Amino acid sequence: MQGNVACAEGALAAGCTFFAGYPITPSTEVAEHMAAKLPKRKGCFIQMEDEIASMAAIIGAAWTGVRAMTATSGPGFSLMMENIGYAVMSETPCVLINVQRGGPSTGQPTMAAQGDMMQVRFGSHGDFSIIALAPSTVQECFELTAKAFNLADQFRCPVFLMADEVIGHMRERITIPDSVQIVRPKPLQEGMLPFAPEDDLIPGFAAFGTGRKIPVTGLTHNEKGYPDSTNPARHESLVRRLVDKIETVRHSIADYEIVNEEAEYVFVCYGSPVRTVQEVVQRAKTPGTGYLHLRMIWPFPEQLLSRFPNVKAFIVPELNLGMISREVERHVCVPVISAGKIGGELHAPDELVAIVEQLRSGGCP
Amino acid sequence: MRDDWLRADRLPHIYCAGCGNGTIMNCVLEAVDQLGWNMDETVFVSGIGCSSRAPGYIRTDSLHTTHGRALAFATGVKMANPSLHVLVFTGDGDLSAIGGNHFIHACRRNIDLTVVCMNNYIYGMTGGQGSPTTPIGKTSTTTPYGAAEMPFDLAELAVAAGANYVARWTSYHVTELTKAVVAGIQTPGFSFIEVRCQCPTSYGRRNKYRQPGDFITYLRESAVLKDRWDRSSAGEELPSEKFLIGEFVRRSRPAMGVPDEA
Repeated sequence: MQGNVACAEGALAAGCTFFAGYPITPSTEVAEHMAAKLPKRKGCFIQMEDEIASMAAIIGAAWTGVRAMTATSGPGFSLMMENIGYAVMSETPCVLINVQRGGPSTGQPTMAAQGDMMQVRFGSHGDFSIIALAPSTVQECFELTAKAFNLADQFRCPVFLMADEVIGHMRERITIPDSVQIVRPKPLQEGMLPFAPEDDLIPGFAAFGTGRKIPVTGLTHNEKGYPDSTNPARHESLVRRLVDKIETVRHSIADYEIVNEEAEYVFVCYGSPVRTVQEVVQRAKTPGTGYLHLRMIWPFPEQLLSRFPNVKAFIVPELNLGMISREVERHVCVPVISAGKIGGELHAPDELVAIVEQLRSGGCP
Repeated sequence: MRDDWLRADRLPHIYCAGCGNGTIMNCVLEAVDQLGWNMDETVFVSGIGCSSRAPGYIRTDSLHTTHGRALAFATGVKMANPSLHVLVFTGDGDLSAIGGNHFIHACRRNIDLTVVCMNNYIYGMTGGQGSPTTPIGKTSTTTPYGAAEMPFDLAELAVAAGANYVARWTSYHVTELTKAVVAGIQTPGFSFIEVRCQCPTSYGRRNKYRQPGDFITYLRESAVLKDRWDRSSAGEELPSEKFLIGEFVRRSRPAMGVPDEA
């Protein structure tokens, strides 16, 4: 099965019944698969006039209580930024798949990249936090998309599956379980205000049409949902809560794999470069190497970096000129080697082995 | 009762003295009340601007969204749950400038929404900039020497784009406006009601209608009944300072998001 199709199947398994999208390479197969499947399940597929509208439509749909998703790539992702901020501010659960391609601008529509890793975290204006996952196999396309819906509902925020063209168009054999775990948002309790947080900083959710008369706005608002945009204390408490509800649990929700904690040279990787790293560390058994494979990039679980007591350097191979490498760098006191690569091809194992050998011989790659 | 639809704890509202938006809200709430809509099955959606603050004062579920995107959000609400009544408040700038693409596509899809556009010829909330409906020659903060661009005719645009119901009235024509909202709601598919209304603060002040009464008089005197004009004009063009009011179209093209008759 193709990675993009696996994303769609993961969404369907998770009970997604609403998809709004706009065609864009290399993500289009997600939309095409949803267009074929959703009408047969009494769901709704709608092709919108652009990505701004797609993002808007899934937010509107999510407020009726359905699981809603869109899929896009770089240029469309840029168009979605404002409404992503709206989903954050209005605490709307929704899932976005970004099958990353080379940018900036139209760039390389058919080539892989991971150039949107900072945009997903910081692209919309203002302070906020989101959750972003990255698949490195077709199996993970399925599993992480399904998981994204649970996280979106649990934390009431947009959750992103940051795939790339290689994973999206790769075909692998996968195992689809009979059912996947489904965690829906906790309900808005009787007598609770619609934006009043519980102990976990997250308010309960009530869908439109259930009698709770919820006023939703992108303006800074009070716990009733009423605009209150010139009160500094209100803004600070609201925005800090929106950030803290995600950041305070970043270590407990971290999704990762660690191989060889004793390593001196540790790769930090996510998405398709994980495959090259596995080749270098596990199959080629390059001496002294290990890796941290992050399936969840944001919120960034920096404590995992301290799990390597012998580390001499972290190496971050990613399909950009160094994005997550900077995030690693600000948390550690050893050298961080950014092995960024752009152009659309994955790193060859030899390229990464050469970096390790250069480090071991005292050089600086 | 119409008053039951309002959130008393949100008052006072932000509208300026003499603003036409309250009149239009009143007509819309009168219409939904006449139709016996249940508040718990009704969703008001809006974008950004003075018009778009209206849903926040209404005691239903509501989505006050991003600038220009109300129709795209409303599309998601309605298509995900067609049994909800979905009504959109928007303004001339929100709908036809930044939201112009969503407007024509919502008309084309003929989604079962009712859209009320408060067309006050200006961006009121940001202090009076020219909009796509500012008439030629009129003054705004961004057209200090008079607007030079041809304005949109929003009702004709909706007709051309495929909406099933289109009407235009003014904030003077409250009875007709209320009836038009009822008719629009009752017509399956996309219903568009443009309401020309006064903005004494941001538009009137710079264009000799500082007094709300003068502005409403201007609206009344500029409005020409479409039926009458169609009968008597013999195909000649309407003088540029006038505009047509009335029902522009009522038809039954295929629509989306219409609740099942069950």
